[in-house]
Amino acid sequence: MTTVLNVEAVNRTFGERQVLKDVSFTVDSGRLTGFVGANGAGKTTTMRIILGVLAADSGAVTWRGRPVTRQDRQAFGYMPEERGLYPKMTVTEQVVYLGRLHGLSAADARRRTTALLERLELAERGGDPVEKLSLGNQQRAQIAAALVHDPELLVLDEPFSGLDPLAVENVLTVLRERARSGAAVLFSSHQLELVERLCDDLAIIADGTIRAAGSRTWLREQYTLPRYTIEVDSDAGWLRDEPGVTLLELDGRRAVFDLDAEADDQAVLRSALSRGPVRTFAPVRPSLAEIFREVIQ
Amino acid sequence: MTTFEAAKLVAGREIRVKLRDKAFLLGTVLLLFFTALGVVLPILLEGGPGKVAVVGATHVAALEKAGLEVEVVADRAAAERLVRDEEVDAAVVDGPVVLSLEESPQDVVSALSTSPPVEFLDPDALDEAARFLVPFVLSVLFFFTTLTFGVQIAQSVTEEKQTRIVEILVSSVPVRALLIGKVAAMTLLAFGQLALLATAGVIGMRIADVGGPLIDALLPTIGWFLPFFVVGFLMLATLWAAVGALAARLEDVNGTSAPLQFLVMTPFFLVLALQGNSAAMTVLSYIPFSAPIAMPVRIFSGEAAAWEPYLALAILLATTAGTLMVGARIYQGSLLRTSGRTSFAAAWRNPAPVG
Repeated sequence: MTTVLNVEAVNRTFGERQVLKDVSFTVDSGRLTGFVGANGAGKTTTMRIILGVLAADSGAVTWRGRPVTRQDRQAFGYMPEERGLYPKMTVTEQVVYLGRLHGLSAADARRRTTALLERLELAERGGDPVEKLSLGNQQRAQIAAALVHDPELLVLDEPFSGLDPLAVENVLTVLRERARSGAAVLFSSHQLELVERLCDDLAIIADGTIRAAGSRTWLREQYTLPRYTIEVDSDAGWLRDEPGVTLLELDGRRAVFDLDAEADDQAVLRSALSRGPVRTFAPVRPSLAEIFREVIQ
Repeated sequence: MTTFEAAKLVAGREIRVKLRDKAFLLGTVLLLFFTALGVVLPILLEGGPGKVAVVGATHVAALEKAGLEVEVVADRAAAERLVRDEEVDAAVVDGPVVLSLEESPQDVVSALSTSPPVEFLDPDALDEAARFLVPFVLSVLFFFTTLTFGVQIAQSVTEEKQTRIVEILVSSVPVRALLIGKVAAMTLLAFGQLALLATAGVIGMRIADVGGPLIDALLPTIGWFLPFFVVGFLMLATLWAAVGALAARLEDVNGTSAPLQFLVMTPFFLVLALQGNSAAMTVLSYIPFSAPIAMPVRIFSGEAAAWEPYLALAILLATTAGTLMVGARIYQGSLLRTSGRTSFAAAWRNPAPVG
C-alpha cells in the first residue's frame, strides 16, 4: 500500500481549449482508485497521458518516484475508452499477442491467456474472431487484453460500461483480486454507486481540475455534513425543541436532523438517553453521488 | 524489450494474418497459375506432336526421332485421303514428297532433311516478342505488387487506428517498432511472392524447354530486378504506412493515398510508352520511382553498361532513406489523431504527440 503512480501538476491544451489544469493525484499499489467526472471533464486525456499515448504540455507523471519510462509502461495494462481489438483475429490469439508485446514469452503468454479467459468466463469463445462476439464478450476480451501480462498498474477507462450486471460482478472480482495481489488499479466510471462500492481511493475531476482526491473514508469524513440519524423507543418529536437542532425528517420514533456548528452531538445523545433507550445514533455519511455533486459545483 | 524484438513480434503477426488471408492466398495461386500459363501457352498453341502418314518404312525412323506420330499406310491414295480428312497433318510418299493441305509442315520437312549447322554471330539478339514481353511483365509485376501490397499496408495501419487498438499498441511498444514491423513484414511477403513467381517461371521454362537464349538473358535481368524491387518497394512502403495513418477511417484511405497511387502509376505507364526511346529510358532508369522497372529493362536489352545498375541502385537507396524518414515522421505525427483525417502539414509539424 504505497504510492506508486504520481500525477503532478499536469497541463494539457487542445488548440485553444485547456482540458487539464494542474491535475495532481496519486495511485497506490494494492488499492482500487476510482476516477470520477462528467463527460469531457478530462478523465480520458489524463489516462492517455499516464499511458504515454498523449504528451502533457507541462507537469510530470512518475512511477515509483521516477518519470515513467517505456520500460515501466511494459508493466502497465490499459483499456482505452473506445474499445479496440483486431476484428478478425481470434480472442486467444490477440490476447497472446498483446501479452507478448508486453514482454511475455510465447509459452507464458499462452498459459496466462488460457487461465485468464477461464477466469473471465470467456474460454469457450477463445477461438472465435472478436467481431463474432457479443458486445459484452468483446468487453471481456478487452479486459483480458489489459490484464494478460499481470500489470503492476492497470488503467481502465470505463471498464463497466456495456456489461450486464453478472459480467460487472465477474470483472469486479477479477479487479479486486489484482489489487489484492499488489497491483495498482485506476479506473474511471460514471456509475457512481459502482465506484462507491468498489474503490478504496477516489479522484474527482471537473472542468480539467481535480476537485477532491483521497481515500473514500477520508473523503466521506471531509464531506460529512453535521447531520445525524436517531432511532428511539418513543416518539422523537422532542427534538424540535432541542437547542441547535434543525429537524429534517420525523417519522415517529425515527428522525434525521442537522446540528449547528457550535452544538454538541453528545448533548443531544444524553438528552435522548434521559428520555429512554436509544437504538441508533449516528452521523449520516454522504453518498459518493452527494459528495460528487457538492465538489463539482 | 528492444525496438527490434517488438518489431519482430509486429511483423510476425502481420505475416501470420496475411498467410491466413484467403484473398491473399487465392491471389498468389492465381498469379502462379498465370505464370504457368504464360510458360505453357506457347507450347499449347503449337499443338501436340504432329501426326504424319507414311508410305513405306523408309522414313519412319527419322520421323519418329523428330517426335512425330507416324501412321504407315499402303499407298499414296490412302495417304492423300488421310490428309484431306485432316486425320493427319501431313503425309510422306515416295520421292520423298510431303503432302499437306496448305501449310508447309516445317517439322516434317526438317526431319527429312539435313540442315547445315548454324553459327550465331549475335547470340543475345532476341526476338521481337520477348523484347516487348519482358519489359511488360516486369512493369506489371512491380506496379501490381507495390500497388496491392501498398494499399494493404495503408489499410492495416488505418484499421489499427480506426479500431483504436493502436492506443494499446503504442502504450506498450515504440511507434517506430510498429512501423518497422509492418513495413518489414509486407516487404518480405511481397518479395517472397515475387521470388516464388520468378522461380516458378524460370524452372517452368527450363522444364518446358522453351525460351532458350531468352532464359540466359533473363537471369541477370531478374537478378537485378529483385534488389531493385525490394528497395523500391521499401521506398514506397513507409509512405503507404504514412498515408494510412493520415486516414481516420478505411473510407479515407483512397483519398489520402491518391498522390502515392499517382507516384506508382506514372512510372509504369511511362516505361511502357517510352521503352523504344533509349534516351528517355536512360533517364527513367535513374529516377528512383521508375528505376525498379526501367533499369532491369535496360539490362535485359543490353543497353545498360555494367556500372549503371549500381549507380541507379545507390540513388534508389538514398531516396529510400529519405522516404523512410518522411514516412516515419508523418506516421508518428498522425497515428494517434483519431478525430478525422489528418493533413500532411499537421502531421509533419507535430511528429511526436506521443510522450
